[in-house]
Amino acid sequence: MTSATLPPKTASFAERGAAFVVRWGFIGVTVALIAFFVITEPNFRTVDNVFGMLKFIAPTAIAGLGVMLAITVGGIDLSVGASAGFAVSIAAWTMVIGNQVGAVAIGVVLLGGLLIGGLNAFLIVVARIPDLLATLATSFVIVGLKLLIVDGKSISSQMSLADGSTAPGKFTADYLWLDRGSLGPVPVPVIIFVVITALLWFILERTRWGRALYAVGANAEAARLAGIRVQLYRTIAYMGCGLLASIAGLLLGARIGQGDVSAGNSLLLDAVAVALVGVSVLGIGRPNAWGTALGAILIAVMVTGFTMVGLPYYAQDFGKGIVLLIALLFSFTFSRRRTVVTAGSTTSS
Amino acid sequence: MIESSIPEGGELATLSPVVSLSGVSVAYGSNVVLTDVTLDFFAGRITALLGANGAGKSTLIKALSGANPRYSGDIAVDGTVLHLSSPVLAKAHGISTVHQKVADGIVPGLSIAENVVLDDLASASRHPLRNAKQSLLDARAALATLGLDWPDSLLAQDAARLSISDAQLLVLARALRGTPRLLILDEPTSALTAAEAERLFAVLRALRDTGLSIVYVSHRFGEIEALADRVVVLRDGLVQHSSERPFAWHEILHDMLGRATELEQTRVDVRRGQNVVARVSGVPLLPAAPPLDLEVRAGEVLGILGLIGAGKTELAELLAGLARPASGTLELDGEPYTPKRPSDALRRGVVLVPEDRQRQALLPGWSVAHNISIPFLKISSALGTLRSARETSRAQKVIDSLGVVTAGPNASIDDLSGGNQQKVVVGRWLSAGPRLALLDEPFRGVDISARREIGDRLKDLVAAGDAAAVVLSSDVDEILEVADRVIVLVAGAIELDAYADETDRASIVGAFLGARTRDHSAVPPEGHPK
Repeated sequence: MTSATLPPKTASFAERGAAFVVRWGFIGVTVALIAFFVITEPNFRTVDNVFGMLKFIAPTAIAGLGVMLAITVGGIDLSVGASAGFAVSIAAWTMVIGNQVGAVAIGVVLLGGLLIGGLNAFLIVVARIPDLLATLATSFVIVGLKLLIVDGKSISSQMSLADGSTAPGKFTADYLWLDRGSLGPVPVPVIIFVVITALLWFILERTRWGRALYAVGANAEAARLAGIRVQLYRTIAYMGCGLLASIAGLLLGARIGQGDVSAGNSLLLDAVAVALVGVSVLGIGRPNAWGTALGAILIAVMVTGFTMVGLPYYAQDFGKGIVLLIALLFSFTFSRRRTVVTAGSTTSS
Repeated sequence: MIESSIPEGGELATLSPVVSLSGVSVAYGSNVVLTDVTLDFFAGRITALLGANGAGKSTLIKALSGANPRYSGDIAVDGTVLHLSSPVLAKAHGISTVHQKVADGIVPGLSIAENVVLDDLASASRHPLRNAKQSLLDARAALATLGLDWPDSLLAQDAARLSISDAQLLVLARALRGTPRLLILDEPTSALTAAEAERLFAVLRALRDTGLSIVYVSHRFGEIEALADRVVVLRDGLVQHSSERPFAWHEILHDMLGRATELEQTRVDVRRGQNVVARVSGVPLLPAAPPLDLEVRAGEVLGILGLIGAGKTELAELLAGLARPASGTLELDGEPYTPKRPSDALRRGVVLVPEDRQRQALLPGWSVAHNISIPFLKISSALGTLRSARETSRAQKVIDSLGVVTAGPNASIDDLSGGNQQKVVVGRWLSAGPRLALLDEPFRGVDISARREIGDRLKDLVAAGDAAAVVLSSDVDEILEVADRVIVLVAGAIELDAYADETDRASIVGAFLGARTRDHSAVPPEGHPK
């Protein structure tokens, strides 16, 4: 028995044009924007600025990679902003009030991130609350818990406490190194960003565990019948998301240098946006690590460039919103491929 | 023309049909699911519509009820050809439908009265303010047509609180508002108890006597025997049979279950398995069914024939680790077998080709190779890293052995035809080299050549003598074509168990019939809610 072959499909010019736009449109826009700023803004093309942009966007990108994991298993996580904010305050509290070194604070925060992810997974997988609603609820709980722990206050080194004494600890150098350190010219946050992106890309694209995660998102029932432990993989994805959100929070806290209670508030929308942009990049039609990283870089270029050309900071959200809308149009409307974002149980094809 | 009867329903029946179909066909893409159906429905008559899964019953109902306007051919109401482009239009012309899932017809949160008059609430001509009093009056009038006298206090309650049989009566009352000419009922008793079904039949007989034409879809021969004036059988989208009382049940079943009127032939290559691979002992397949004992032997293809609700899928799910037996035990290779999940079954060499390809088997947008390798990620990888050469070679083997028509392992599964997708799914599971392969309706929507190909691979699988295959189907010809041993399953009980060369189609159909006619009343054996 030999396999028959099909004649190659002939696509019309319009179809091929649309496919080209879907595949290369986003990269094209990013490159064009970069070119525009490189030509018009001398400051933009410095090495410092390149690393500055990447460093600036690293927390968003890492939280976005977390959201990407949740989307990979057909869900969504709206608690990444709250988790990151929680990490900022808990790290500060551990060092300043608890008088611990940065390494301990980092350990506590990462553990907290895993626990938050575990809670989300429990609510979604075991209690069967829809992902959108469960993570919305947990983000309230996380923010509230954070405020209770820190008495609603931002924590800074040598702050005075309620009893009039001075806080025993301070932001330690090893913790601040997360933001200020660098290897050669490359800042630490950029290294963490790149390593996490590469690691997630490898896991998702090259390992059987990544394939199983994608299978759960593509057709959970088929995956289950194929022997994949669907609930286990969904739990892993949410725990991974919680962990990445807490890493984002660690970087954010080190940048701010204090336990700002409002930190992380704006992170959620950006993180979800870059994950969704990542789905559309290259017309892949499914969440992926490089795409998410590229989405984050596009936003960094936009924000930096807009600031340089003198646009007010409040114009940034408008630009981000337009980028996200275009990305969604690419993913859902123009793409011939099925898009496998099933966040909030809405499926498209 | 199939319809040649002259109705004998008394003075109410007229010689011209209420609704007549001529040359109605429906195709989804290149897949023709209803072919040139010509039928007349007369006033004051109950027509039973029969057919196995995928025979075209629901497609026909959708066209008649306006739910699928993309049909070809003519549907005429009172001799006027209309294009039934929407359910509202169909209802306006007197064609009213009660769909199978009663719960879908009830809006929870609205009162019972408002649910009865739901169509009015949606109507544009209705006053925008809800008028509880008017709804109550209208609802009472509608329920009175069924002889129901529900008190106002009940009518004001939330419709979600109705029992399933009362909800069934509610949607029936709603369907009867505006005095329809043709009433379509899709398996109306599937959720009713025997007594509730009996109550419904009394209502339906009374409605028939008022001159209503009724189309009654059911799998239950007892009900049809008790109720219908005429039986129409669909198979493969064609009208295969149409007859008046008294019904020749043997012939009806034959026409319903068989695929083609091929010459009876005794298979010469029937194998007899030796060792028992799987043993089911004392496991009830359905809540009300007796405990079942069953042996699956290595070296043979076992065909299990049964209609919807016979317990086929339940049996497959038990063995594949998707469900656990309520009581009794399972054995595999002589050892206790208690799979908790599909991966446990897989580890023991038990694989399942599930009933619903799209929902349960395919990964949309993925390549053929990735669709095939999904249960074998561990074997396809080294140190957790996937080796695409291993995936591709497994896929190529599947493509070659089953003759899958595709551009290659990297082609998207979405670009394959249904039959070729099914070959990929079957090939995926056979490539595991299973001990026991379970295939639930593997030939649905699959053309004859793909069917043969799949059947041949099953025979190859068992030929060595240490593996078994179980094909579960509602089509007697599929079973006769592929199976060495045939089991007829009715309502969770074995009615026949014989090797293919020891039995024939007539006996198999007879086994069905024996089980059905034993219960000749209007009370179906499986008529209990789950």
